[in-house]
Amino acid sequence: MAKDGAEIIESGHAAIGPTALKAPTIRLPKILRDPFFVLASTVLTAVFLMALFADLIYPTDPLDMVAMPFLWPGDEPEFPLGSDQLGRDLAAGIVHGSRASLLVGFASALMGLLIGTTVGSVAGYFGGKVDLALVRLTEIFQTMPTILLIVVILAIGDPSVWLIALSIGLASWPMIARLSRAEFMRLRGADFVVAARGLGYGTPRIILSEILPNALPTITVAASVLVANGILLESAVSFLNLGDPNVVSWGSLIGAGRTEIRTEWYLSGLPGLCIVFTVLSLNIMGDRLTDILNPRSALRG
Amino acid sequence: MQALRVARRTILQSLPTMIGIILVTFFLLQIMPGDAVDAIVGMSGSASLETVAQLREAYGLDQSLLQQLAHYVMGVATLNFGISINYNAPVLDIILERLPSSLLLMLTAFVLALTSGVIIGWAMAAFASRWPDRLLTSFTLLLYSSPNFWVGLMIIVLFSAKLQWLPSGGAETIGASLTGWDWFADRLSHLILPASALAAFFVAIYARLTRAAMLEVLGQEYMRAAAAKGLHPMLLQFRHGLRNALIPVTTVAGLHLGNLFGGAVVVETVFNWPGLGRLTMDALAARDTPVLLGVLLLTSIVVIALNILIDWIVAWLDPRIAR
Repeated sequence: MAKDGAEIIESGHAAIGPTALKAPTIRLPKILRDPFFVLASTVLTAVFLMALFADLIYPTDPLDMVAMPFLWPGDEPEFPLGSDQLGRDLAAGIVHGSRASLLVGFASALMGLLIGTTVGSVAGYFGGKVDLALVRLTEIFQTMPTILLIVVILAIGDPSVWLIALSIGLASWPMIARLSRAEFMRLRGADFVVAARGLGYGTPRIILSEILPNALPTITVAASVLVANGILLESAVSFLNLGDPNVVSWGSLIGAGRTEIRTEWYLSGLPGLCIVFTVLSLNIMGDRLTDILNPRSALRG
Repeated sequence: MQALRVARRTILQSLPTMIGIILVTFFLLQIMPGDAVDAIVGMSGSASLETVAQLREAYGLDQSLLQQLAHYVMGVATLNFGISINYNAPVLDIILERLPSSLLLMLTAFVLALTSGVIIGWAMAAFASRWPDRLLTSFTLLLYSSPNFWVGLMIIVLFSAKLQWLPSGGAETIGASLTGWDWFADRLSHLILPASALAAFFVAIYARLTRAAMLEVLGQEYMRAAAAKGLHPMLLQFRHGLRNALIPVTTVAGLHLGNLFGGAVVVETVFNWPGLGRLTMDALAARDTPVLLGVLLLTSIVVIALNILIDWIVAWLDPRIAR
């Protein structure tokens, strides 16, 4: 079968052969010819570098007042993205803000992955009553409005980056749990699992070192969506002024610019664009990874 | 008869979820710093130790955890969610006063998202892998990646500040005692922007779902059979294609209702919409725990009720499920 496929591709190449001879070009790998993928990886690399070297790019505190208030982007070359009502440099805020957004995005995703995979794998592997109980638990957390649950958890303690990440993780694990449950249900009857059981492996070992590595690709793809989701939720939390007031984040910049939205709309607009591009890139990555790991979904559309 | 059976089954199924949510809110109440008495004492300024002890007794806070839980569950069962510290009124009354306007916003956004999502998704499937599909896919991906409050702010800039077509906040023009058609038009003009901001994200979800479901259906045997017997393409697309594609879309739509409610909380603060969102923010600022947990509990109940409704709709779309 595979040979037939290869032959079809070969003959296909032969058909376009003459034109290909005229202009010999270096063929990039397929993934690099996808403009969306290139855009996404460029954006993500830039944001990572920004977060990593924020202190080098803008050594001063982004909350310092350094410029005339209400400079529009491009007014002063020293402040390329303008300044806010207190004369704080918007560019510095955006560069430093990337830290909180990425940190919370990844930490909350890790949290969600940990809870979700644990619940999902146990439910999927054991089935029966355990499964029923854990599915109910998942449903409980899926029913409660996400933001409200986060807000209530934040009311428990002082807002810090870590509490925010924890609350977002606690509110967003059901998606991962459903996914890994389905994977574990699919794999628990597979030959290699039956063989492992026959060899007398213990249950934890079968779950962790036999099934989990095989379920991991699917879960990894979902993780990129989880990070994107975490960044969106973090921005909402800090927009609502529930974040740490001493930490700049893209969401808090949008919230701070809100009072001047009718005239100085760039103050909220530009940090928002940063969120959109970062989240968009993560979502594109997720989509492309799905196509790579599961070629059939690419064929279907 | 059939509808009744579906109703009984879905209500029975959602009971454990309901109980679970009550347990979670009780647990959250326990780990909140300070209790109702601390808050009351804090409001009144000063109180002797005896008064504090008396208050604790009156509120049942001196009892064991299990007794408190029983007390709490009984309260919820009789729709008694406690007394708001901030407003000094029953939590249920305060929430029910704000709930209709939140529900109006949320359901408008839901209907808007579902209809436009299904239309966009259907168009994407109909033009699969051609340029309209690619264009719409990029568009939905963009919607899917934008925070709803930011979309809200940006459409305020465009439609309210620059074009001055629509009002930027509130639920109606204050002080203008309008009636009949004018009243309706006024309410509608206030509803359009917040509902669109809230719907944007979900348009993308439903469009992508519809596209996948539609492509799945289009590949089915009965579609080929229907085409072979010479059915009009439009009838084929809508009655045979879309109706079947809508079943998975409607089911999944219910899963997102919780998120939609959460999104409404944020969008409401952007548009000064007088709903549960602002109540939540006020309660948070005033450390009004009963109201905070009451909102969480009641919105969860609403989400469960709406899911039961959706189960009915799915059973109507696909009579096989009801059996």
